[in-house]
Amino acid sequence: MQYFGWLGNVLRGDLGYSTSNSEPVVQAILERLPATLLLMGSSITLSLLVGVGFGLFAAIKPYSIQDYIITTLAFFGQSMPVFWLALMMQLAFAVAGITAFGYHFALPSAGISSSDEFDLGDRIQHLVLPCLVLSFLSIATWSRFMRSSMLEVIKTDYMRTATAKGLSRSAVILRHGLKNALIPVVTIVALSAPGLVGGAVVTETIFAWPGMGRLFFNALGQFDFPLLMGYLVLISFLVVLFNLIADISYAWLDPRVKYD
Amino acid sequence: MASTTVPASLVGALDDDVRIERHRTWKRFRRHRLAIAGAVVLVAIALIAIFAKFLAPADPNYIDQVHWQGYPLAPGVAGHILGTDENGRDLLSRLMFGAQISLTVALSAVFMEIVIGTVLGAISGYYGGLVDYWIMRLTDVFLSIPLLPLLLVLTAIVSATSNKAALSFGVIVVIIGLTSWPSTARLVRGSFLSLREKEFAEAARAIGNRDGRIIFRHLLPNAVAPIIVQATLDVAGVIVLESTLSFLGFGIQPPTASWGNMLANAEANMSIAPWVAIFPGLCILVTVLSVNYLGDGLRDALDPNMSR
Repeated sequence: MQYFGWLGNVLRGDLGYSTSNSEPVVQAILERLPATLLLMGSSITLSLLVGVGFGLFAAIKPYSIQDYIITTLAFFGQSMPVFWLALMMQLAFAVAGITAFGYHFALPSAGISSSDEFDLGDRIQHLVLPCLVLSFLSIATWSRFMRSSMLEVIKTDYMRTATAKGLSRSAVILRHGLKNALIPVVTIVALSAPGLVGGAVVTETIFAWPGMGRLFFNALGQFDFPLLMGYLVLISFLVVLFNLIADISYAWLDPRVKYD
Repeated sequence: MASTTVPASLVGALDDDVRIERHRTWKRFRRHRLAIAGAVVLVAIALIAIFAKFLAPADPNYIDQVHWQGYPLAPGVAGHILGTDENGRDLLSRLMFGAQISLTVALSAVFMEIVIGTVLGAISGYYGGLVDYWIMRLTDVFLSIPLLPLLLVLTAIVSATSNKAALSFGVIVVIIGLTSWPSTARLVRGSFLSLREKEFAEAARAIGNRDGRIIFRHLLPNAVAPIIVQATLDVAGVIVLESTLSFLGFGIQPPTASWGNMLANAEANMSIAPWVAIFPGLCILVTVLSVNYLGDGLRDALDPNMSR
């Protein structure tokens, strides 16, 4: 019965109060939402650009050196535990630092900014490592899907027609091929959403990123169950929303798909 | 007769087709070679894990009080081949015993998850109707909750009701097994939807077999190939999951060594002792990579239609 009481409150937008600092759960989570959206948004954008690009690049010349390098990298990306990648990135870029062009510089390994004042360059510097770490797995997965999907598309009749019309290879691939090859990729992007959320918990915790994931992890240690449940409800809602966006983009990519 | 001229770009496309076909054979060979390499590495790791007791240079929880002075010993110092951790315990020995934990958790959790997923998926696909509807809605719910946060909340509930030490090996296995079956259930349901319409299924029904017998004796053997592939790839996933849980402190509890919890304190000492952070992660990476290559090879070998 306690559960149904809670469920009723959830439907009214009331997730209760955090037991660790008696803040309303909704407020606590929404405060951290922008930081998480910044991290996940930039990671999804980067993964899409690089993943689709790599996949295309590999599919244009199948079984060439570039294909092998990309496929092997994708396997490594899929096998790499996010938290260890984060540690290694910190070790390489924050602890050891990079020496290039005679300069030695290190990237910040924690937090979202150095001071309270907004500074775009500083923000970007702080975003680089967490964003790269979070994107690694999705780049790997999505580029593999993009590659196989593009290989399927290249074999189709309409691609041969487009080639026979005398269009240049790049026009054929980009204008006729890319859009069709993206359709199955949309599915896998939507399916990656829960994994991305999980990855964000780990990434935010290690890089002290002040988002929902870190809030969730801190709440775990204090057994703050109202906050934990609230977080699960909200991210599940985000995942469902993400799937809805994927469904809508099907209709845009493939006019044959119609929703009544 | 005028010779027909073929556009150069078309010739290029045809050449690509030929090349794709020719290379497809070579690709299988190459893939299998990597799969075989993966299998060999896995057998080696499994043997090391099984015989860790005899192979390990030291007890995994023994603190080298003679040489250890409060900070990790570097590789090679005082006979510690890979050095020691921040508590002066031999890193190589802990890695060997950690392999035991990681592999056993992964294999048991995947076994449990495959059994649950197969049974539910088979029932769902075979009977259809309302049963199918409700089982599939249940998998939808599970698939929309991100797995890692869900596991963390479940382990937090266990440790809040008693204490963190209650997060034993068995509890971790059960929690992972109970939450990760939905993708298997969907896969098996898919196979059963088409299998139940086949003539041999009808024949089995016609001679009066009970449903249970049809499902497990007649249909299941035909759905086994994708299940094996899924199970292999899931082993890789569970190794990563368990190590992530342990790294975050909600998995295997110290002093028991697991590859994940060995990394938990590595971050603090990373600038003076990077080896503590590097080696356990390398073990996870190599193992998971081998499992993934093996799974990929199995997919090509068992189920060519599924290959990507």
